[in-house]
Amino acid sequence: MADAILNQPASRGLSLPGIKTSAVVMTLYLVFLLLPIYWLVNMSLKTNTEILNVFSLWPRDITFANYATILTDSSWYMGYINSLIYVVLNTVISISVALPAAYAFSRYSFLGDKHLFFWLLTNRMAPPAVFALPFFQFYSSVGLFDTHIAVALAHCLFNVPLAVWILEGFMRGVPKEIDETAYIDGYSFGRFFIRIFTPLIASGIGVAAFFCFMFSWVELLLSRTLTSVNAKPIAATMTRTVSASGLDWGVLAAAGVLTIVPGALVIYFVRNYIAKGFALGRV
Amino acid sequence: MEKTVNQKAWFLVLPVLALVAFSAVIPLMTVVNYSVQDTFGNNVFFWAGLEWFSNMLESDRMWAALGRQMVFSGIILAIEVPLGIFVALNMPKKGFWASVCLVLMALPLLIPWNVVGTIWQIFGRVDIGLLGHTLDRLGIDYNYTQDFFAAWATVIVMDVWHWTSLVALLAYAGLQSIPDAYYQAAKIDQASRWKVFRYIELPKMQGVLMIAILLRFMDSFMIYTEPFVVTGGGPGNSTTFLSIDLVKMALGQFDLGPAAAFSIMYFLVILLISWVFYTVMTNLDKREGK
Repeated sequence: MADAILNQPASRGLSLPGIKTSAVVMTLYLVFLLLPIYWLVNMSLKTNTEILNVFSLWPRDITFANYATILTDSSWYMGYINSLIYVVLNTVISISVALPAAYAFSRYSFLGDKHLFFWLLTNRMAPPAVFALPFFQFYSSVGLFDTHIAVALAHCLFNVPLAVWILEGFMRGVPKEIDETAYIDGYSFGRFFIRIFTPLIASGIGVAAFFCFMFSWVELLLSRTLTSVNAKPIAATMTRTVSASGLDWGVLAAAGVLTIVPGALVIYFVRNYIAKGFALGRV
Repeated sequence: MEKTVNQKAWFLVLPVLALVAFSAVIPLMTVVNYSVQDTFGNNVFFWAGLEWFSNMLESDRMWAALGRQMVFSGIILAIEVPLGIFVALNMPKKGFWASVCLVLMALPLLIPWNVVGTIWQIFGRVDIGLLGHTLDRLGIDYNYTQDFFAAWATVIVMDVWHWTSLVALLAYAGLQSIPDAYYQAAKIDQASRWKVFRYIELPKMQGVLMIAILLRFMDSFMIYTEPFVVTGGGPGNSTTFLSIDLVKMALGQFDLGPAAAFSIMYFLVILLISWVFYTVMTNLDKREGK
């Protein structure tokens, strides 16, 4: 009896009109979100003549020429490859150094732990604009300017703290008794960590990796400042096209659509963790 | 959870410490170094004391940029927070449509920032953009590269488009954690919709909302790429926010001293807000722990 009452969905004061209004609100909001993206996709499927001469809400004759241009011209597609290289490098570095640190923060208290945790946060919050010039000079002086590793290391500034905070949030959810039992059973720290603990927080690692990937992928200021030719990211390739005269709007739109693809591909799998990831593992 | 005291845990933190020190402390030291020195070129530097700081504090340019920044962040928060809460209240609670909403709402959050700029740059153009074209047809004079008001409106609507979902998703996470029993109690008491919101939902969302507000404030405070792509800081200097101004000064004009002094003051503000953020976070953790 009691269960049946408790399991009833909670209805809110305005149940009957409420359902309809909320559907309308959500539809309007989603249309607002999707319209600009639709417009970009729409433009990427048009020829430049159609873009500039006819104002059409959908492509009259769909062309994939813009995508073909990007996928066959090395100055374009190398941008994607460069971005992917430093983003993957950065994700691997960030996660591998963050894992042990997050474990330490979630399990032990040690001298200065709170200060250290706070200091990491300040780096996540630091404006990239402050670091652009010193990074440029630093990586130039050690001969790493215009390399993938320079961008990957620079992005560690905000991604390592992010990964530590997110992973710590997940690790706190794992009962400490598991660690203790494993140690009593004779597991060494390393074996315990890899064989037992890592599978337990696999989803946390996935979420942290996703957010490292994402924040490195969307960043432009540092990656543009630290590269010129060999490691030029797609974002910089795009801005240079914008500033050139005689814009190729179709290709620009197609390049934009292609940068959305990595996020859109995995978004479904992390949908329940998006708030958690943006809030640094706290929510 | 009770934590054991173990100083050896330092060894586990060491890689992070080394890496972040390498990518944060060393560059920051350079900034500090520049902020107290002057140069006539050729890498010859001499001590300038706090001159750059006092120069910057008297500079109209910095105060103007700071003013614009505060107005921008203020408007953003005033729109995004209520709108985000409103959207979260209207989201489906579970099932297929909840997933659809989550996925579609997260989409703008995952778009590279310069592409966000490009999307709105195209969308707002009178000749080829849907928004610009429609406004033009309606007889509204809209040109975000020339007109002060249009530039601000575009930058603000772009940010609302980009980040409101973050506030909504956080508020939604807060709402999800409210047990059904609370709503049932409210129903028995015949509480109005407003009272349910005011006395049940809002207090329960308080923690996540604080995080949302702080995150939005921080990120809007360091905004660079999106307005840079759309307006380039113009028309005139009307959308030149702190980061855009700083990059102009540091990388455009290579005024190292003033830029470094600027950076340090900028960073101190960030430090202060981070501290508030940290306090909120730890209080939230404690409350959940109980």
